[in-house]
Amino acid sequence: MDWSFITEYYPLYIRSAVLTVTIGAVGIVLSAIVGMICALCRYYKIPLLNGIAAVYTELSRNTPLIVQLFFLFFGLPKIGIVLSPEVCGTVGLAFLGGGYMSESFLSGLGSVRKIHLEAAESLGLSRAQTMKSVILPQAASVAAPAVCANVIFLLKETSVFSAVSLADLMYTAKDLIGMYYNTTEALTMLVIAYLIIILPVSIVFTLLERRLHRAGI
Amino acid sequence: MRGYEVLFAGNNFLRLLSGLWVTLRISLISIGASLVLGIFLGAAMTVRNKAVRAICKVYLEIVRIMPQLVWLFIVFFGVTRSTGINFSGETAAVIVFTIWGAAETGDLVRGAFVSIPAHQYESGLALGLSKAQLYFYVILPQTVQRLTPNIINLSTRMIKTTALVSLIGVTEVLKVGKQIIDANRYDAPDAAIWVYAAIFFMYFIICFPLSVFSKKLADRCK
Repeated sequence: MDWSFITEYYPLYIRSAVLTVTIGAVGIVLSAIVGMICALCRYYKIPLLNGIAAVYTELSRNTPLIVQLFFLFFGLPKIGIVLSPEVCGTVGLAFLGGGYMSESFLSGLGSVRKIHLEAAESLGLSRAQTMKSVILPQAASVAAPAVCANVIFLLKETSVFSAVSLADLMYTAKDLIGMYYNTTEALTMLVIAYLIIILPVSIVFTLLERRLHRAGI
Repeated sequence: MRGYEVLFAGNNFLRLLSGLWVTLRISLISIGASLVLGIFLGAAMTVRNKAVRAICKVYLEIVRIMPQLVWLFIVFFGVTRSTGINFSGETAAVIVFTIWGAAETGDLVRGAFVSIPAHQYESGLALGLSKAQLYFYVILPQTVQRLTPNIINLSTRMIKTTALVSLIGVTEVLKVGKQIIDANRYDAPDAAIWVYAAIFFMYFIICFPLSVFSKKLADRCK
């Protein structure tokens, strides 16, 4: 292990890790929003939107992120839509994640028993009130584990961004390997960088899940 | 030439399909190998010995925490550098996806075994079945029934993840697509959108039926 190499180049990793986390976080938040909208469209069976959301969910869940990114990054410019690598990564992650999130949210919403909805209705709650105080609290706790799994999955998927020339962690590692052939050091730093990003998230989610489990949900 | 004509010009479409076959072959081999290994791993995860269970758990978590692309890099670049063994991209991919797939399959197998309620074992024994009969007639059929949809889901995940192998230099469908686009750069400048859309739908056509099928099976279990 060449320590001087590590001390010289670890700032590169920090910079690219920040980029990975930023785009990952924005993409994940966007995918949660997209997923929520799709799930609501499908839950209330809004005409037309229901169909569009269902088709979108299947398209995004059954294709790899790298193919989606290639389409966005190399395909779309041919019809005049040019996206920067950063935007492309964010949009791609939101497109992929939206499908997964929509499915998790929908299964959460679907888990609320009909009798609760009927009870809410007979109590005279409006649709919005029913959603806010009856459906969402129950749906959220059922959907939470799946949503957490999605977040970790999406964080891991950010490693593909290097394919559209985003200077993320993978890109940095590959660059260093190509330039200096210090493969072991470059890969070790890569692994540590991903551990620092993913491990805390994973631990927090495990604790959260355990708590939900204890709460008897 | 229009962009979509490039798709069917010459043997371009066949080339794309043969590129797709390269990724499919990698995923099929890995799925097969991880099924076999995963069943043993899953069985190991349910034994009473705490040490064995802990080792399996650590293995599972280590494999899971890293993105698959990082593992591909470690095996493809790192192992070659530190041991001198030179894997082809395809071999490296099969190794990585088998190690990953075995871990995930093992966890699914464990989950399926654990989900069988204790009274199934007890009533089997109470009926006077031998241990072999108990497993063969009572436990295994239920385990397999619960396991199949999850295994199919995992397979679609693995098929989708094998698209990454283009990044370690395997000539699969994305690479072939790029070659076709580059070769027609002047004749059909807008070929990229058609080629990548075609690849997008190729993956969709493979994975979508599998997803539907696994959902059907899972619903039937309920």
